[in-house]
Amino acid sequence: MSIRPDGASQIASSKDSRTSRSGSTREGGVSRGAAPYLFLAPAIVLFVLFFALPIAYTVFLSFRRTQVSGLGLGRGARQEVWAGGANLQAAVSDGELWAGWLRVLGYGALVLVVMLGLALLFALFLDSAHVRLARFSRIAIFLPYAVPGVVASLLWGFLYLPSLTPIGGIDFLGATAVTYSMANVAVWGGTGFNMLVLYTNLRAIPRSYYEAARIDGASELAIALRIKLPMLVPAIVLTTVFSLIATIQVFTEPTTLRPLTNTISSTWSPLMKVYRDAFVTGDLYSAAATSLVIAAVSMVVSFGFLRVVRGRAFGEA
Amino acid sequence: MRTTRLAFAALAVTLAAGCSSSGTVEEPQAVAPAGPVALTYWTWAPNMDKIAEVWNQANPDIKVTVSKQAGGDDAAAKFLTAAKAGNAPDLVQAEYQHLPSFVAADAVADLAADTAAIKGEFSQGLWGLVTLGTDGVYAIPQDSGPMMLYYRKDLFEKYKIAVPRTWDEYAEAARTVHKADPKVYLGSFSSKDPGWFAGLAQQAGAQWWTIAGDAWKVGINDAATTKVAEFWGGLVAEGVIDDQPYFTPEWNKALNEGTQLSWPSAVWGPGVLESNAPDGKGKWAVAPLPQWSAGENSSGFWGGSSTAISSGTKNKAAALKFATWLNTDPAALDLLVKEAFIYPASGKGQASLGEPPAYFAESQPDFWTQAAAIGATARGFTFGPNVGVTYNAYKDGFDKALQDKSAFGGAVTFMQEATVADMQKSGFTLED
Repeated sequence: MSIRPDGASQIASSKDSRTSRSGSTREGGVSRGAAPYLFLAPAIVLFVLFFALPIAYTVFLSFRRTQVSGLGLGRGARQEVWAGGANLQAAVSDGELWAGWLRVLGYGALVLVVMLGLALLFALFLDSAHVRLARFSRIAIFLPYAVPGVVASLLWGFLYLPSLTPIGGIDFLGATAVTYSMANVAVWGGTGFNMLVLYTNLRAIPRSYYEAARIDGASELAIALRIKLPMLVPAIVLTTVFSLIATIQVFTEPTTLRPLTNTISSTWSPLMKVYRDAFVTGDLYSAAATSLVIAAVSMVVSFGFLRVVRGRAFGEA
Repeated sequence: MRTTRLAFAALAVTLAAGCSSSGTVEEPQAVAPAGPVALTYWTWAPNMDKIAEVWNQANPDIKVTVSKQAGGDDAAAKFLTAAKAGNAPDLVQAEYQHLPSFVAADAVADLAADTAAIKGEFSQGLWGLVTLGTDGVYAIPQDSGPMMLYYRKDLFEKYKIAVPRTWDEYAEAARTVHKADPKVYLGSFSSKDPGWFAGLAQQAGAQWWTIAGDAWKVGINDAATTKVAEFWGGLVAEGVIDDQPYFTPEWNKALNEGTQLSWPSAVWGPGVLESNAPDGKGKWAVAPLPQWSAGENSSGFWGGSSTAISSGTKNKAAALKFATWLNTDPAALDLLVKEAFIYPASGKGQASLGEPPAYFAESQPDFWTQAAAIGATARGFTFGPNVGVTYNAYKDGFDKALQDKSAFGGAVTFMQEATVADMQKSGFTLED
């Protein structure tokens, strides 16, 4: 790995500037010492109001439950009481939630491999010297990303319906095909964005490397495999983490397709279960507990992935 | 996936709002307000803003602002969330099956003290839906949905089938039609419409919830409901009835093309047929639902809603005045029929219906007479405090039964178990 991404030197330089700035405040006295906090205040206030507080409230809710007495009708028949860890315990031991994780795992494996594979392939093609209609292709591949997820799912849903589909003979919404059908919607919508991230990174690679390689007699394929790909690794890691998180949160496609078919249950994905608990069956407390479990799983998965690839991608141990 | 993140942002905001304002909800006091009273009204009935405008013109001291909602289960969830957060509207359209959840969450006010005068306007069955069989009155009935059989008159003649008077005849007709043309079905079993199934169960005499003293009795897997489920399950297993959910593009197309010949639905059906099956105009007719045994005469309710007053409102008296006018005043009822296209719950309102819906003008000119006669035979049941759980279990249970090709009775048992488990978890007193 002789070639290192320029990011490392950038981080180093920003570190330098930070130390020099803090040096100057120390000279400035008390009133100037408050300045950084003043500048930070809007961000902190927003963070606390719309991020930290809701999370804290979710944690609080997950330890609560309703206690009804008698018929549960009329004033005071329903109270919110302390539930201890019962909700969390129920969420962790809920077989339906883990079955949901399994379904999402299958779906996610499909989406990640196909979507990122296609994105990488398209980005390399667009970046190669011999491509025609590059501008048009770039926009055409990116365009589906501009279609909102609900609209995309509905569009595809109509195409999947047996009496409306132009492709006969396949039951796209049948029990086995439905996962592939949903993955297809996600791939269609997400490839363009990931391709653009990778393509932008490719354009940032100095052209002189390719020239040097060509002088050494490397073919386009060899350049793609031995120069472009290694230099793209950080970007690939980035898109993978984004896609991982998005996959764990899959909700739009199954929820939009659900009214069209008998094959998607209300707890198909973990997030759908949260939605069902909170807004269909009216149990905010279980929903809060399940969201915490989902948050924990997505943190473990994304940080776990980063930990595994960090050494390779960023040259850190 | 992008929308998910947006939804989460919205949820975070909602939670934050709930956080900051919970605890500020105080007991509403009947203070005489100075100046005009402003009321907000959540409803999804079309043109309700025009009707409120008529009220506002005549009553400058009580100004009603309509906030248009999406209907269905989402509307109920939204109201419950708003009530929990302490920013519920003064008035809300409440479907009968969701009203008990609202009462259980203490989100709607008890109107028993001020509604004795208008009780006589409504049939006993409908009034029972807003009292839940208790001494309280939790809403004023607005519209109702007695069920009947919609069918393609011309195609029934083409396939030489008579209008089925019993469910046995219905099954026989389903076989005849499907045999004559394998692409054609008499109807469809929808695993997405628990309200439809509840109406059919009511017709069969089911009682999903009953209040016995201080305890709930849950009987979703009673003999009547199981009979209804097994009947449809049998037809689906035989392959003579379609299993496409209602209100999908697929179903619309089948209705419009005439590959589905009938639909057991409610009195609000014409609006759906007009928009989803425009080509069928003048070809559809109505008949009473098929009966479980010859000579019987009963129906159930699918849908229908009431006007409830939020327990958090500061202007209960003004809200009640408006709700009473809206649902019992002849001028308002006339507007409800003509502008909001509803079938009024009030007996006076039902009697004043004249012109049939345009869709039925040729094929069923006496639509409203038929509807009134059928409506008089409809019977409901008390809905429980966790209908959301039951209805969701219906969808999951019957989806699974259709997928696994298993007996429909299992889905009914699943509904019963899910409902009982949820009530036990919350601590309701249950009678076994």
